[in-house]
Amino acid sequence: MKSFKYSVAKEATGAVRAVSANPAAKFLAGGTNLVDLMKEYVERPSEVVDVSRLNLAQIRETSNGISIGALAKNSDTANHPLVRQNYPLLSMAILAGASAQLRNMATNGGNLMQRTRCQYFYDTAMPCNKREPGSGCGALEGLNRIHAILGYSENCVATYPGDMANALYALDAIIRVRGTNGQDRTIAVQDFHRLPGDMPQKDNNLAHGELIVAIEIPRNNFAAKSYYLKVRDRASYAFALVSVAAALETRGDAIERARVVLGSVAHKPWRSTEAERVLVGKPATVATFEAAAEAALKDAKPLEHNGYKVELGKRSIVLALQRAMSGEVA
Amino acid sequence: MDDNQEQQDFDSAEDGSQLSADEERLLDELGLFGVTRREFLGQSTAAVLGTFAFQLLAREEALAALPTAPGAAMAPTPRLENAVRVLLKINGAPQRLEVDSRMALLDLLRERVGLTGTKKGCDQGQCGACTVMVDGRRVLSCLTLAASCEGKDVTTIEGLAKGDQLHPMQAAFIKHDGFQCGYCTPGQICSAVALLQEARNGEASHVTADVRARNRNINLTEEEIKERMSGNICRCGAYPGIVAAIKEVQSGTRTAQTWEFASDERIALAMNPDGKVEVRANEIV
Repeated sequence: MKSFKYSVAKEATGAVRAVSANPAAKFLAGGTNLVDLMKEYVERPSEVVDVSRLNLAQIRETSNGISIGALAKNSDTANHPLVRQNYPLLSMAILAGASAQLRNMATNGGNLMQRTRCQYFYDTAMPCNKREPGSGCGALEGLNRIHAILGYSENCVATYPGDMANALYALDAIIRVRGTNGQDRTIAVQDFHRLPGDMPQKDNNLAHGELIVAIEIPRNNFAAKSYYLKVRDRASYAFALVSVAAALETRGDAIERARVVLGSVAHKPWRSTEAERVLVGKPATVATFEAAAEAALKDAKPLEHNGYKVELGKRSIVLALQRAMSGEVA
Repeated sequence: MDDNQEQQDFDSAEDGSQLSADEERLLDELGLFGVTRREFLGQSTAAVLGTFAFQLLAREEALAALPTAPGAAMAPTPRLENAVRVLLKINGAPQRLEVDSRMALLDLLRERVGLTGTKKGCDQGQCGACTVMVDGRRVLSCLTLAASCEGKDVTTIEGLAKGDQLHPMQAAFIKHDGFQCGYCTPGQICSAVALLQEARNGEASHVTADVRARNRNINLTEEEIKERMSGNICRCGAYPGIVAAIKEVQSGTRTAQTWEFASDERIALAMNPDGKVEVRANEIV
């Protein structure tokens, strides 16, 4: 690990000031991703500002939903009574990720900031435009079994690996950020992460030094009919090959509102408004779900080794919607 | 007489006797205390011990003479870059240390405090061998910066037993053969002990049928135990024993162990090729 100066932030604005002042500085919260990447020399900050002691861990009801502190631990968030009762999709997504030990360490803000698990990003002997802009993409014509089928560019075919964010996209979350000017600003979650384009080194739209302080979720009627499906190489403790956050609101036989978000198929959680448009106004049947799945994957362009993700994605969408409808929420 | 008292008595009996300071240090480094130390000494002549100590010192001197590789994590006398002072509690004892900002809690425990029960497996958060409890919750010490542990209360495998009295989870792992090589075991046991509290709290898991239904004091099924312990990998595949151990402690219902030592008679039969030996297909005696 490259040596770095370590300090503990006492308050959020001071932390933002410290990191803004040094282009090679990083915030440290749970450390589950950053410390790992530092050990691998993928991240080489000269300064680490530990924000884990900031008073940003509250989870509370607001006038129009819930506010979840950026520094609340993943495990505390998934198990909070308000989250379990009103946003079970978020609990399910968090609990599908990592292990109990990692969820006890990882924070919600850090979870949004996690970087790709592309092997070429991790291996400093390999080219990677995300790690070393301009060095090329090893995965484009390399081992790309776990890589993107949607929204990629020839500069980067990496995927966003997380689970929690997929649920946040389905729940229309808003990310509250302490800006470098000391003022808060909000970002709709679907505008938080980026597609790679010609700047794959930028995972998201935060400016350097901006700090996530909270995640806000507006009230919704999805709690009774939502499901998080995760498909992976083993039953637990593995990143998704494909995952689906599905949420429905029905009136009578018809679907009134729908959310379909695919995980691990693109550089960001992939909300399919195409699939949602197919679902809304239709009866909640397998035929409707299959039509939605076709719509979601119609633009998929698999690479050499990940063609399976197209069919897997379709079947996963159908199954997730079926399970959401049966009221089974785990 | 507890272990510490026994060790002190033994150590004081050695004062001014035949062992040199280097030899004492060697025995300490070999982790030989109390009865074990006495037995080791009983089997070793002073000359052998002296040779051991000499070789160890020669090796350390040779290592110390080498230029330190850039980025070397642990030199014989660590020079601290970006030193951070931390005061933390480890197994109830306050520890005040100055650490390199890069040091992981795992390395602090093993290299600075000498608590080598916590194991370094993958060192990148994928195996669970380094699991300890911080403020009562299981975490991975390999991905925890020591510098971030100011004021924290760390419990390692060494902190679970009360003197000679094993923690129930330790005893259950032995009873149910929850390990083979033993390398992942300290992490498995720390993880399992923390799991007991999580179940009491009613925390949900990926296989919980309905996360909206909240119950305290969950009685964990095998499926739940497997999911909740998935962060601890066992390459020997001792999982059935691990699950049985956790199930027994968590449920409070004693269950029979599924193995036993071979009897002398059975061993004798197996050793005698002409004897009539009855060995079941799945059993090695």
